[in-house]
Amino acid sequence: MGSWLQHLPVLPIVLPLLTGAALLLISETRHRLRTTIALLATLAQLLLALTLLAISGAHLPAPWNGEIAVYSLGNWAAPFGIVLVVDRLAAIMLTLTATLGSAALIYSLARWERAGVHYLPLFQFLLMGLNGAFLTGDLFNLFVFFEVLLAASYGLALHGSGVARVKAGLHYVAVNLVASLLFLVAAALIYGVTGTLNMAELALRVQALSPDDRTLFDIGAALLGIVFLVKAGAWPLNFWLPTTYAAASAPVAGVFAILTKVGIYALLRTETLLHAAGSAAPFGGEWLYYGGLATIAIGSLGILAAQRLERLAGFLVIVSSGTLLAAIGFRGTALTGPALFYLVSSVLGSGAFFMVIEMVQRNRAYAADLLAVSFEAFGLQDPASDTEHPDETVGLPIPAAMAFLGLTFVSCALLLTGLPPLSGFVAKFSLLAAAIAEAPGGNPLPSWLLVAALLLSGLAGVISLSRLGVRVFWSGERSTPRLLWVEAGPVAGLIILCTALALGAGPAMEYFMVTAESLHNPAVYPNAVLPADAGGTGK
Amino acid sequence: MEIVFAIAIGVMAGSGIWLVLRPRTFQVIIGLSLLAYAVNLFIFGMGRLRVGAVPVIDPLTGSNPDLYTDPVPQALVLTAIVISFATTALFLVVLLASRGLNGTDHVDGQETDRE
Repeated sequence: MGSWLQHLPVLPIVLPLLTGAALLLISETRHRLRTTIALLATLAQLLLALTLLAISGAHLPAPWNGEIAVYSLGNWAAPFGIVLVVDRLAAIMLTLTATLGSAALIYSLARWERAGVHYLPLFQFLLMGLNGAFLTGDLFNLFVFFEVLLAASYGLALHGSGVARVKAGLHYVAVNLVASLLFLVAAALIYGVTGTLNMAELALRVQALSPDDRTLFDIGAALLGIVFLVKAGAWPLNFWLPTTYAAASAPVAGVFAILTKVGIYALLRTETLLHAAGSAAPFGGEWLYYGGLATIAIGSLGILAAQRLERLAGFLVIVSSGTLLAAIGFRGTALTGPALFYLVSSVLGSGAFFMVIEMVQRNRAYAADLLAVSFEAFGLQDPASDTEHPDETVGLPIPAAMAFLGLTFVSCALLLTGLPPLSGFVAKFSLLAAAIAEAPGGNPLPSWLLVAALLLSGLAGVISLSRLGVRVFWSGERSTPRLLWVEAGPVAGLIILCTALALGAGPAMEYFMVTAESLHNPAVYPNAVLPADAGGTGK
Repeated sequence: MEIVFAIAIGVMAGSGIWLVLRPRTFQVIIGLSLLAYAVNLFIFGMGRLRVGAVPVIDPLTGSNPDLYTDPVPQALVLTAIVISFATTALFLVVLLASRGLNGTDHVDGQETDRE
């Protein structure tokens, strides 16, 4: 039993890989079997992630030495072999991925899953890429898992087809391919200078570089930072984001809400590791901070200008990315804990929001038309094609659908703009409190700029959400959309989770603060990953 | 050798960037391929250029590392080639879908007024 638990860290990658491969082999017509397998695998990932979260937080006895789990693939020791590392940050991100993934998958079972082929396998590969990117301990595997999740996301972004999706997808694919090539240049440059790709060993070796090599390394690090900023959707590298997210089908856009946070995670991970060596340009506090502020500003303008709810949601994602960048780049380390809280809350909130707006706007007939077209194109059986009103025969309609939608819309608005009483408020308040507490020592200007940016972006969100909300809910011309329990359930679940996060803000924030502390302690990660003769302690 | 290698990378990367910025989808995909070649050569070069040295240890040659070239960049190049090949193929599919749906090969799916 004990030896089996040793393999926990690799399971979040292996499980979706095998599930996705198995789903490819099962014929699309065996619908019930496929959905059961996909659902069970995703729920198992959630369970795995929760176990890892509990073990990292020392709530469960750890089957390995020390707090940080280091899994050496093939049992090759760290600087030579490939390692997976589970620390608190990785565990938080894994749990977030699995939670959002489960919700989006359940939501898509209602109808989106049948709007094209290979939805379920691609979804599993996306989860695999995300989990791998959060777990990996070296730079090149980070690239590989980025590619895995991107390749799956290309397929998912185009899921359901249609002119708008293909148009947005073309831009999305091109931008990300160029970014991937930059990632390769950066990884090669860093390897050429330091002779290692292991992130822990990198942190130690950078400190001993000669000035000439150091310049080359800084160029590599700068390129790496640009790649992560493209993924994170930082201004001016984010013009592809609102269009792609608006065009993607609802559950896909919902799970895409975490894709930008992979960029944030990678920035945070590399920044904290390289900090001791004096970080290079895009990782340096100032650049990240002002880039974050610019992203918030442009995102807020986009929010005010948005005419459609989907685009509004895309710009809300940009603002949350900007907030995180500014918080990570803020001088000192006080904002990292609250930033993690904000990250969790905003990912859950925007994931739910993408699904809510699809339900709200269901009366616009194009989605149904599109579904009918794709059913024909792929020769799939529409389960309700023999009736005139398909929704009436599938599942149980909720009588108070409009009340439910209104309630969830308002909850999402509160979450995303940071108004009380949900977790968005706790997150934003703790960011503001930490920023103001930093003001007295040294230059107070950055603190107040951040406070102003956070409050103004929240105001822009409130204005735009209420404007579009009024138009959608009170225009009087729309009939009540019919909802299925499988669609309403996951959205309600995500919002209840955010409520729970607000109620349990004390323990949650404590977990995030300890995470931030261990991140900013430069010795923790290398010591855990590397054996004693390579500069670590192996503990 | 180094100067030829560097010029080859530079020419391919330059042409690739120019093509990626062109308005036709086919030009973009050729540009991406050229960029990928340039990047692959660059990774290869990061293992330091050596003539007549192999990356895999040969029992007849012995185990002195000076006799071998760095195997890691070659392994990385292999992975990078596979990935860029796969993503290019995927992009080709999107390109064809876009051409079929929009009836034009412009990257925005519609012709601009002036070309």
